[in-house]
Amino acid sequence: MATITTRPDIYEEPKVNYLNESKGIISWLTTLDHKRIGIMYLIGVLTAFFIGGMSAVLIRTELLYVGQTLPFDDWQNMYNKILTVHGAVMVFLFIIPGIPAAMGNFVLPLQLGAKDVAFPRLNLMSFYLWCFGFVFFVAALLAGGLDTGWTFYTPYSTTTETGGVTLALTGAFILGFSSILTGLNFIATIHILRPPGMTMFRMPLMLWALYATAVIQILATPVLAITLLLSIAERVLGVGIFDPALGGDPVLYQHFFWFYSHPAVYIMILPAMGVVSELIGTMCHKTVFGYKFIAFSSIAIAILGFLVWGHHMYTSGQSEVLGIIFSLITMSIALPSAVKVFNWLTTMYQGSIDLRTPMWYAMSFIWVFSIGGLTGLPLAAISTDIHLHDTYFVVAHFHYVMVGGTVFAFIGALHYWWPKMVGKMYNETLAFIAWVLFFWGFNQTFFIQFIMGSNGMPRRYSDYAAGTMTEQFQNYHFWSSIGTYIMACGFFLMAGVFLTSLFSGRKAAANPWGGNTLEWHTSSPPPHHNFIGDEAPEVGDPYDYTPYVYDEDTDGYIHKDHIKGASA
Amino acid sequence: MSEAAHAHDGHDHPAHVAHHFLNNEQQVASGKLGMWAFLATEILMFGGLFCAYFVWRVHYPEAFDIGHQYLNSFWGAFNTVVLIASSFTMAWAVRTAALNKRMPTVILLGLTLLGGLGFMCVKYVEYSEKWDHGLFPGKHFYAPHGMVESHDEGGAAELKLAEGQAASNTPGTALPGAAQVAAETFGANDEPAEAAHAGHDEKSHYPTHTKAEMRAAFPFFSIYFLMTGLHGIHVLVGIGLILWIMIRAYRGEFSAEYNAPVDLVGLYWHLVDLIWIFLFPLLYLI
Repeated sequence: MATITTRPDIYEEPKVNYLNESKGIISWLTTLDHKRIGIMYLIGVLTAFFIGGMSAVLIRTELLYVGQTLPFDDWQNMYNKILTVHGAVMVFLFIIPGIPAAMGNFVLPLQLGAKDVAFPRLNLMSFYLWCFGFVFFVAALLAGGLDTGWTFYTPYSTTTETGGVTLALTGAFILGFSSILTGLNFIATIHILRPPGMTMFRMPLMLWALYATAVIQILATPVLAITLLLSIAERVLGVGIFDPALGGDPVLYQHFFWFYSHPAVYIMILPAMGVVSELIGTMCHKTVFGYKFIAFSSIAIAILGFLVWGHHMYTSGQSEVLGIIFSLITMSIALPSAVKVFNWLTTMYQGSIDLRTPMWYAMSFIWVFSIGGLTGLPLAAISTDIHLHDTYFVVAHFHYVMVGGTVFAFIGALHYWWPKMVGKMYNETLAFIAWVLFFWGFNQTFFIQFIMGSNGMPRRYSDYAAGTMTEQFQNYHFWSSIGTYIMACGFFLMAGVFLTSLFSGRKAAANPWGGNTLEWHTSSPPPHHNFIGDEAPEVGDPYDYTPYVYDEDTDGYIHKDHIKGASA
Repeated sequence: MSEAAHAHDGHDHPAHVAHHFLNNEQQVASGKLGMWAFLATEILMFGGLFCAYFVWRVHYPEAFDIGHQYLNSFWGAFNTVVLIASSFTMAWAVRTAALNKRMPTVILLGLTLLGGLGFMCVKYVEYSEKWDHGLFPGKHFYAPHGMVESHDEGGAAELKLAEGQAASNTPGTALPGAAQVAAETFGANDEPAEAAHAGHDEKSHYPTHTKAEMRAAFPFFSIYFLMTGLHGIHVLVGIGLILWIMIRAYRGEFSAEYNAPVDLVGLYWHLVDLIWIFLFPLLYLI
């Protein structure tokens, strides 16, 4: 490097790092290193994303045209099964573990200047549980599949003979414990392993987001556990809790299920919002505006998220008064979410914006998540929800927040932390093109579905009518499906970009973006114990970008204190 | 007595402190926070079952009136005393471990273990008595003993449950629902059963009810087996953990500096005890 640095241990690529310090698959499968566990999780959740994504392509292909499109016998039941696989795999195997397990595991101890999470063995156990859950889901598919929808609503889920249901319920139960253990780990780590000088309000906002997520994980997921156990008991023993003939109530299942599953969607989005705070701060080289507001809004969303489950059940027969209470609280969740959006925009204003791929993902997140969030309001209001419930409007809403929100943030995080994780850069131009395809394909697929839904197209239907009255559905479905194929191209290009980077990417700088959170104070990739010399780096303001100087030779940023010859 | 060396592989920390912690205080604090957070998750999981209990209790109070006559409050109280005593010996063991007293710790943990085993034995006796009388959870529920001809008050026991019966069968691909089995077992309300004395079966002092009353009591037995079953599984896990800690204590692994595992297993055991303290009155007494 032309610029002479006093800290070559940070700025030059180390010969021994966490990736090569021990070799062989057993050393990976029995590792206690959070970075390796994070990488294994990443491979796992991306595999699940591929499976879920391929099922989505099949769904949309069936819906391209009226009548049967896919060449299956009994295609309508097959459609229900593919639909359920798409939902269950995406929710339980990809998006819930997603950012916390794959990115959080890697980044959290680094951002704390710690050597590892509080409970490394529990961390590995979480990963094994994820794998067991995956195996059970595969077993469910091989045992005859499941066609209940990812929500496993009773009475169908407790009485159908479809072979894979009990296995899938067990798989989801196991995955729940994977999630709980990750949450326990993160809470203990953030409370206890912070270095001196890093008070809660000097933590990066990513950690506030992961903390709020972990609180939801440990409080909500056990309720899912008991709900699934009760469903299994109903199927295997016939205990009758959800069966009216035996004194049970199928709507009780919905209450139990949504008591977890609504907070679960905040498990999905809060880490994504944390990622966006990091991306915007660093890529705009400007302190994130309103730090405390963003931190507290994460906690507020976590708390309020427990109080709104009934908004999934307005048409289930629950009392009107209850519905009104749920509706009001649901609408109030828009407030802390909006606070974040305004703070991000204010951060961008007059910042020095580095318009590379992570920033494209962060900006598009704001746009797409806002649409998703705003379309939650007609669903929160009972009167409009009666019309929109179980239509494509709901499908579009949650895909805008889950894909437009979480997946965009996840991919942005992947591009942002990729140099740190593997020590290589990726091709910026191709990554940008992949973003274009993903953004365009995503909006084409799902924006049309808002219109379809408000015109009455129901969800989970394998077919729809053609004819003069409903010809519109044919057009909408067709163009929506084309959007899916464009999105798929974007994902395949993205996969190509990352794989090429692994094999022939340019060496990455220690700090390619100019961030000041502690993970950028170590080499890319980091050593086994995270920081050179086992010492935690000095804690500063995580969003102070002023001391960094860009070095062209390494395409990275160097802290001015580390430049030889610089005045003290 | 402990073997915890203060030099370890050339590092300058005690052997029992894991590498990623700065010091013992951090390790202990993490363990405690982690265990308390885990206990919170257990409370939420059982909370779902308590919620189901209350929903059923509010809708079918008669099920609980009939059903809990089949529970023996003496054995329930005995189990409660046993668990509370075992919590006491557990807490004491945490203290002796911190005071470096090896054998007292082992003995106290052994007593705790006996308490847990005793609890499971009583549970076995209770469960097997019920199963002998056909009181299984769910679709295997039948109650051949003590079925009497409908006595006059029997009419009051014909409940909403009977109305739901007709609506139970889902056509096509459906598992043989518990409702079907119940219908086949109990038949119509007025089907006579084996004659016996009203009130109690003289031979075994086991209560007797009409078929209609037994069908009405069905929800009680479902929730009884679910709650005590899940609790029993947690007791078994606790027994395993206490055995593990007892072996480690015997080997002299605990000391004034390092006794967190005893403490944390103790916390788990206290929760198991606490959950039983709620289960006992809800199922046996009221």
